[in-house]
Amino acid sequence: MADMEAWRFFKQTLVLVAKGRPIYYLWCALLLFIMAVGLWFYTKQMEQGLIFTSMRNEVSWGLYIANFTYLVGVAAAAVLLVIPAYIYHFGPIKEIVVLGELFAASSIVMALLFVTVDLGRPERFWHLIPGIGILAFPNSLLAWDVIVLNGYFFLNVIVPVYILVNSYYEKEPNAKFIVPLILLSIPWAVGIHTVTAFLYNGLAARPFWNASILAPRFLASAFCSGPAIIIIIFQVIRKISQIKIANEALFKIAELIAYAMFLNLFLLGAEVFKEYYSNTIHLAPLEYLYQGLRGHHALVPWMWLSLAFNVTAFVLFLIPRTRKNIPTLNVGAFLIIIGVWIEKGPGFVAPGFIPDPLGEIYEYFPNFAELAISLGVWACGLLVFTLFMKVAIPIVRGDFIHSKHVKIGPRKKRAQLRDM
Amino acid sequence: MADKRFTRRDFLKIASVATLSGVGLSGISCKKADLEEFLQKHYLEMTDEEKKQTIKRLEEKYLKKYGKKFTISTQGAKPGTLWGYGLDLSRCIGCRRCVYGCVKENNPSRYNPQLHWIRVVRLPEGSLINLEKTEHYYNPPLVPEPGYVYMPVQCQHCENPPCVKVCPVRATWKEPDGLVVVDYNWCIGCRYCIAACPYKGRVFNWAEPNIPPEELNTAVHYLGNRPRYKNVVDKCTFCVQRVRQGRYPACVEACPTGTRKFGNLLDPNSEIRYLIDHKRVFRLKEDLNTEPKFYYFFGL
Repeated sequence: MADMEAWRFFKQTLVLVAKGRPIYYLWCALLLFIMAVGLWFYTKQMEQGLIFTSMRNEVSWGLYIANFTYLVGVAAAAVLLVIPAYIYHFGPIKEIVVLGELFAASSIVMALLFVTVDLGRPERFWHLIPGIGILAFPNSLLAWDVIVLNGYFFLNVIVPVYILVNSYYEKEPNAKFIVPLILLSIPWAVGIHTVTAFLYNGLAARPFWNASILAPRFLASAFCSGPAIIIIIFQVIRKISQIKIANEALFKIAELIAYAMFLNLFLLGAEVFKEYYSNTIHLAPLEYLYQGLRGHHALVPWMWLSLAFNVTAFVLFLIPRTRKNIPTLNVGAFLIIIGVWIEKGPGFVAPGFIPDPLGEIYEYFPNFAELAISLGVWACGLLVFTLFMKVAIPIVRGDFIHSKHVKIGPRKKRAQLRDM
Repeated sequence: MADKRFTRRDFLKIASVATLSGVGLSGISCKKADLEEFLQKHYLEMTDEEKKQTIKRLEEKYLKKYGKKFTISTQGAKPGTLWGYGLDLSRCIGCRRCVYGCVKENNPSRYNPQLHWIRVVRLPEGSLINLEKTEHYYNPPLVPEPGYVYMPVQCQHCENPPCVKVCPVRATWKEPDGLVVVDYNWCIGCRYCIAACPYKGRVFNWAEPNIPPEELNTAVHYLGNRPRYKNVVDKCTFCVQRVRQGRYPACVEACPTGTRKFGNLLDPNSEIRYLIDHKRVFRLKEDLNTEPKFYYFFGL
């Protein structure tokens, strides 16, 4: 009997994913197309080598690792939903927390894919697997990152899937099983971003990264960008799936962002003061970012734009009237998504390499191939998230439930499922 | 929920198949050798028999690829040796013959990209430690030029190498004689070591190395100057293939001014020990505690 129901669950899941309104097909087709373009460029990159990108010995990491860093932060930010939902039992957020966790899982998928496309030798991936390969734990922070990111991915799949499946069976989740996992996911979220920060932080060769303020800054900016994306995504979900997501939930998230953005700007200020006042040669990367260095200033307009976006968004989210008003809320969210991406992606990875350890300046700017591959990875993550949502939302909404609870006729039921 | 990850898995599958076929096409026709190479163990974990087979396979591969018979050495470190380098800044004239001596010896890619293990930077007189003032690309009709000093930099073979510490798969390590080497068949191409090196001591093979066959040096060491692969990292090894046979590194021999010194730090009668004992030596970025075995000094 239980097997039959499991089989039904599985089958219905496939139906849910395979069927939808035209807009759903169009959306998936668009994502698949972007992925295909990315994949085409990726095969070229594999064929020619990483010379296909703009990266060189002077700036040996670029757009891929920038996106990786950003997305680890976005994933970690799910904790801003988990804490109010499970610890403080804040109702409006509790209803949607599983969606946030699945978003975190999708972000991790993207982060891991970004590392993969950056690898010169992805087919030697097995060298990282303990037992058949060698994982240089605990010496290499990259080894730590492999462990914590995969762990976080599984936590953020297991917790929501367990809750959703129980919800399908209309059973109370077993608290003894799930509560420890939820509690574990909180420090783990902080952990993934701390480890990612330490990955850079531990390199004495790169003064710009070798600053103790790095991990706190990473966390602060992550708690801005991740929730900002969630604010936008929740509204999209609300619009197309008629799921109930209370405005209070969005406003609460925006309020949390305001605190995080204050910290982020404060920490940036602390860093700027230290470098400019002490005025050692280690000022060079910051000078490169905000003023330009020895005639090189590719990132200067971007950095000022980022700062302007972050400050504007901070003000918008600080004032209750603009925070609790959907149009200004959305403006703020978009400003933060872009502002933090610039600051933490290209604005963080490139200056670690500029100037390089022997003082050379190579101005890195991603080329079209890197852009196409990056968009492909983002499209892949969005597709994963879309498919997650296609099943999770009907369960959250109470439409996709155990057969014995279904009261409506099968025809109507099917129609309803299709309309999601 | 398993079905929801199909797309991701498919993507990875297609990607890896595409990758493998790309490697296959660009490489050699012999598929068995490719598979064996793909499954090959970390160098330090190979038995002597496995090393022999690997060398044989590699020599066949090079023969097919370059039409040349290579001799690949796996000679280990001699007990009681710790290699150290001395560089006399007062003698260097910035001619960069060491750079090209190194290229001739060590089989790096010649063009697209052109890779060098040695970099001779030019600094304005009166400045030495401030590397923000370096110039890397200069082409005067005559060297030395008035008003400038020259400082060659290459892998410093640190006793505390940060590059080794960060490698996630231990594809790079310090040999018993102090040489920092890379297993080009184990490197996954993440480039973390490049980010970690304070001396720009590592270069990446951004494309399949381009070497005209007539310029190949066929006397190679497995951990040193054998031809490399696309998308892996490599670096100066103090010419492991030479120094373990009692010869000088190629850069030492190429230098016309006697700027470059080399020897065994554990031998109290070696030239390098004499220099450390009798000259004022310093090492680059000593504040980073990397303990380089590359000593700069002023002989004049």
